[in-house]
Amino acid sequence: MLKTNTYTFSFIALITLLFICFFVNISLGSVSIPNQAILKSFIGTLDHESWQYIIQNYRLPKAITAILVGSGLGISGLLMQTLFRNPLAGPFVLGISSGASLGVALVILGSGIFGGVFATLLVLKWTVVIAASLGSFLVLLAVLLVSSKVRDTMAILIIGLMFGSITAAVVSVLSYFSSAEQLQQYIFWGFGSLGNLSWNEVFIFFIIYCLGLLLSIISIKGLNTLLLGENYAKSLGLNIKQSRFIIIIATSLLAGTITAFAGPIAFIGLAIPHITRQVFNTSNHKILLPAVFLFGAIIMLICDSIAQLPTSDYTLPINAITSLIGAPVVIWLLVRKRKMIF
Amino acid sequence: MDKANQHIILKTQNLSIGYKSNKNDIVIASNIHIELHKGELIGLAGANGIGKSTLLRTLTNVQSGLNGKIFINNILLSDYTSGELAKTMSLVLTEPIASKNLSVFELVALGRHPYTNWVGNLSTEDIDIINQSLELTNIETLKHKKCFELSDGQLQKVLIARALAQDTDLIILDEPTTHLDMYHKAYILKLLQKLVKETHKTILFSSHEIDLAIQLCDKMIVMTEDDVVSDSPCNLISKGVFNTLFPEDLIVFDKHTGSFRVKK
Repeated sequence: MLKTNTYTFSFIALITLLFICFFVNISLGSVSIPNQAILKSFIGTLDHESWQYIIQNYRLPKAITAILVGSGLGISGLLMQTLFRNPLAGPFVLGISSGASLGVALVILGSGIFGGVFATLLVLKWTVVIAASLGSFLVLLAVLLVSSKVRDTMAILIIGLMFGSITAAVVSVLSYFSSAEQLQQYIFWGFGSLGNLSWNEVFIFFIIYCLGLLLSIISIKGLNTLLLGENYAKSLGLNIKQSRFIIIIATSLLAGTITAFAGPIAFIGLAIPHITRQVFNTSNHKILLPAVFLFGAIIMLICDSIAQLPTSDYTLPINAITSLIGAPVVIWLLVRKRKMIF
Repeated sequence: MDKANQHIILKTQNLSIGYKSNKNDIVIASNIHIELHKGELIGLAGANGIGKSTLLRTLTNVQSGLNGKIFINNILLSDYTSGELAKTMSLVLTEPIASKNLSVFELVALGRHPYTNWVGNLSTEDIDIINQSLELTNIETLKHKKCFELSDGQLQKVLIARALAQDTDLIILDEPTTHLDMYHKAYILKLLQKLVKETHKTILFSSHEIDLAIQLCDKMIVMTEDDVVSDSPCNLISKGVFNTLFPEDLIVFDKHTGSFRVKK
C-alpha cells in the first residue's frame, strides 16, 4: 500500500492505451471513414453529413457502451471474487444473468404460448430491457432473501448457482414449446450486442452504472479487509452483513443493467480481474479497482473492434469474441507466470 | 506488584459457555471466574474437546455466553460496538488468511483498519506503528515478501505483528504453535513473553505446549472436566491441577520437571 507510486507508469500506459483503443474502435466499421474525418467530427468541424451521422449516432454510443460493459463486468467480477474468496466467481454467480435470461425468455418465447398481449409488446425494444431487468432483479431478490437466513457467505454462492439451475430449467421448458423463429430471436439476444443503443438508453445505462461504481468505491476498504477472511475482518470491526449487502447491490446494479442493455456477455467478468492481478501483482483494491476498470474497457473495445469484422458488412456475436480473445490471454498469462495469483 | 499491574483488562463473572439450542442449552463449562491483568502472559490449557475454543470464541464475542458477564476494561463486552472492540482486542486465529498474495507489509497494515479513513489510507503515524510492530517481531527483512513465500513460523510472526499493529490492550491467540516445529514453538511463545514485557499488553493464548507454557506464562487457565482454574503455574502445580488434565492411563504429570511423562 506504500508503493502506490510505482504503479503510476502502468496507469498512464493503460489510460493511453484506452484512448487509442477508443479511437481505433470508432474508426473501424462497415463504412470506412478516414481518421482525419473522425478527429474533425470530435471537434465538430466535419462537413460530411452521413459520416457525422454514423459517428455520432452509431459508433460513439457503441464505443461508450463497450467501455461501460467491459469495466462494469470486470469490477463486478472483482467484487464477487473477493467476497466469495473464490477465483472462479464472476458477476453472474448470484443468478443475475440467469434471471435476465428468464425474463427475456418469458417475453420472447412465452409470447407464442401465452399469445396476445405479449406478442404486441414485443414490438418495443424496451420490453426486452425491462424484462431482463425485472428478471435479474427478482432472482437476485430471492437469492438475497434466502441468503439473509444463512450466515455463511459460501452458502450464498451455492444458493445463487441453484437459482441459476432453476431458471435454466424453466427456459428449456419454454424453448421446447416455442417456434423456431422465436428460438432464433432468443438465441440472438443471448449473443449479446453493444450496438443498437440510442443516446437516451446510453444515458440511463450510464446513471445506473455510476451508482454501482460509487458503491464499489465505498466498499474498497471492506474488500481489502475481507482478504484476511471473514473472522479477521469482523475482529477488525468490519460490519460483515452491511459490507456484504453493499457489495452484492453494487454487483447487481452493474451486472444487471449490463445484461439488460447488452445481453449476457460471457467471460469478461471472470477473466479481467485475473488478467489485472497477473499484470499488477497486488491484492490491494485501491489499485485493483481502477486497473480492472481500464483493462475491462480496453479489452471490450478490442473485442468489439474485432467483432465488427472491419470493412465487411458482417458483425460477429460479441459473446463469442470475448471468449475467443479472452480465454487464450488468461491461459497464456497463467502458463507464463506458472501460478495463480489471488 | 505495583498499581499498574493490578489493572484488570478482562474479567468474567459466573460465566457459563456452550451452545444455545431450542430445547435445552448445551453447557460446555460453567461458573468460570477469570481475571486477566495488564501486562500478563496467560496460557489456556486443556484436553482436546474440553471447550478451549468455545471459551475463546465467547471471550472474543464471536458467540455469546449462556450466562454470566464478561467485562473488558470494566465495560460489558456486549456493550462494545464492533469498532470500539476492534481497538481494544485483536486476534490471531487458526484459520489461514484468505489471500496469500498480500505482502507482509500490506497484511500488517490491515491491522490499522479501525483507525484509517473510509478508503484505508495510512497516515505517517500508522506507518510508524506498522514498522514498530515489524521490528518487535523481528520480521523487518520480510517486509516486501508475499505471504505465500513464507514458512509457517514466519507467517505466524506476521500475524502476531498484525495484531500488534491493531494497538489493543488485549491480544488473544488461538493455538499459535500448531504446525510449528519444537524450536519455533518455543520461539513464538518466547516472543509473546517478550512482547508482554516490552509493550505491557495482555496476551492470552491457547496451546497444547503445557511444559513451555508452565515455564513462560505469568498465569495459566486450565480447563478440566469439572472446573476451570486460573492461577500462577507454580500454584497450579502444587495444587496438582495438571494431574487432572488428562486421563491417567497413559501420561502422568511430573511435579519436579514440570512436564508430562509417558507411563512405562
